[in-house]
Amino acid sequence: MSQILEVTNLEASYGQTKVLNGLDFSLEEGGVTTILGANGAGKTTTLRAISGMVTTKGQINFSGKDIAQLKTADITREGIAHVPEGRGTFVRMSAHENLLMGAYSRNDKSEIAHDLERVYTYFPVLKERRTQQAGTLSGGEAQMLAVGRALMLRPRLLLLDEPSFGLAPLIVQELFEILKRINVEDGVSMLLVEQNAALALELADQAYLLETGSIVLSGSSESILENETVRRSYLGY
Amino acid sequence: MDLFLQQILTGLANGAIYACLALAVVMIYQAIDHFNFAQGEMAMFSTYICWSMIAVGIPYWVAFFLTIVISFLAGIAIERIIFKPLHNAPVLSHIVVFIGLLAIFNSAAGAIWDHTIKTFPSPFPEGSFQGLIGMHEVGMFFITLILLAAIFCFFRFTRIGLAMQAAAANPASAALVGIRVGWMLALGWGLAAAIGAVAGMMIAPIVFLDPNMMLGILLYGFAAAIVGGITSPGGAVAGGFLVGIIENLAGTYIPAIGSELKLTVALVLIVTVLLFKPNGLFGKSIVTRV
Repeated sequence: MSQILEVTNLEASYGQTKVLNGLDFSLEEGGVTTILGANGAGKTTTLRAISGMVTTKGQINFSGKDIAQLKTADITREGIAHVPEGRGTFVRMSAHENLLMGAYSRNDKSEIAHDLERVYTYFPVLKERRTQQAGTLSGGEAQMLAVGRALMLRPRLLLLDEPSFGLAPLIVQELFEILKRINVEDGVSMLLVEQNAALALELADQAYLLETGSIVLSGSSESILENETVRRSYLGY
Repeated sequence: MDLFLQQILTGLANGAIYACLALAVVMIYQAIDHFNFAQGEMAMFSTYICWSMIAVGIPYWVAFFLTIVISFLAGIAIERIIFKPLHNAPVLSHIVVFIGLLAIFNSAAGAIWDHTIKTFPSPFPEGSFQGLIGMHEVGMFFITLILLAAIFCFFRFTRIGLAMQAAAANPASAALVGIRVGWMLALGWGLAAAIGAVAGMMIAPIVFLDPNMMLGILLYGFAAAIVGGITSPGGAVAGGFLVGIIENLAGTYIPAIGSELKLTVALVLIVTVLLFKPNGLFGKSIVTRV
């Protein structure tokens, strides 16, 4: 399988504080990869580094192009959609307008309409709420809106930052089933950051374990699941 | 009764101008969180540009629309050249630059066009409407109303308008959907400068053209923005009309105020609103997570 994203010696820092100490990892085209780790390990920063939201050093190669020094808006236009921590919906706009904003960089009107219908098929509740202000949606609906907005870019790679955060278990299950469908049916590659390791490993086929800014373990989800340390520290059994 | 009606109508006409300036101030405030103190001087400078064009024989409406375009481009240039490098600078740096801009525009206008007071033509017929208010006030009211409606539609129904709102409300998320946030800010400056230019050109026949013509008017504009709520463009417009009417009625019916102390009405309004309803009549309270 070919690699859609190859990261070499990635460093990131906030001011003086270095958060990532030279990461090397790659994502398979069409696959789901997860980054596991405790709070403060640098998971969110890794996603932010790919999207150009923090100052970085090193190479980030996205299907043959080095995007490390591009601006966020241009990285997005390359086909990387990022569902940020805390959802980041435009709270004063309607759900429908939020979705339209997701397709902001596209010009193919009929295709946009088609993708809008597709998002509404994945998340029927968004269609019911289409005129409602995003700020008044429930947590689960807001997360669905955030994922839907990212899909409106028609991305090749979807970065997901803690999509399960603050959601009821049933909603989480529903959301992850839909993510699986998006991966399989639309062929969107995914990089998933999750606190909930068991959940993440179920969806992902590849996993990396991040500890204080360095990758300490990597492999297929199955092999990570069997790892003694991971089981004790992150899965809790 | 006629006097009352007359004052209300004049208040509405002036209020339309205040509404424009308030809207311009709010647009920049939403983008960069600061009051643009130079908004009035930018409008004054635009009005002088229009005056120069008319003076060399360009027809009024051609000069009017050319001035709008020039102001729009100048607003974009100001953001790109001056404010972009200041993006992460502290509040005081912004304020110093605003005051610097104010001084530069004011003295440049004085140096180029001198300080003598000039008359500025009105595109509307002479005379009055039903003996109540001048035709210029009527025209001014409708021009600004059309402008405000156009701005509203732009923000409500166009892709770029929505993107500008998105960039102002949540820059990080906006960049993540591919919006070039910096350019949206510049566009906001351009629009604010263009709106200000219309306000300047419309009010100039009434207050006459001189480098300090917008000083008082900008104060009313600030009052309007604060009364309406600095976070709410619609509120700023409503605030503009409200301030216009209050100012006129107070000037006419409260003898102690009269026309000399009218400007204090704006200041009293600012202080009162900030004391009792700091978010304005239509603004929403801002909650900051710590």
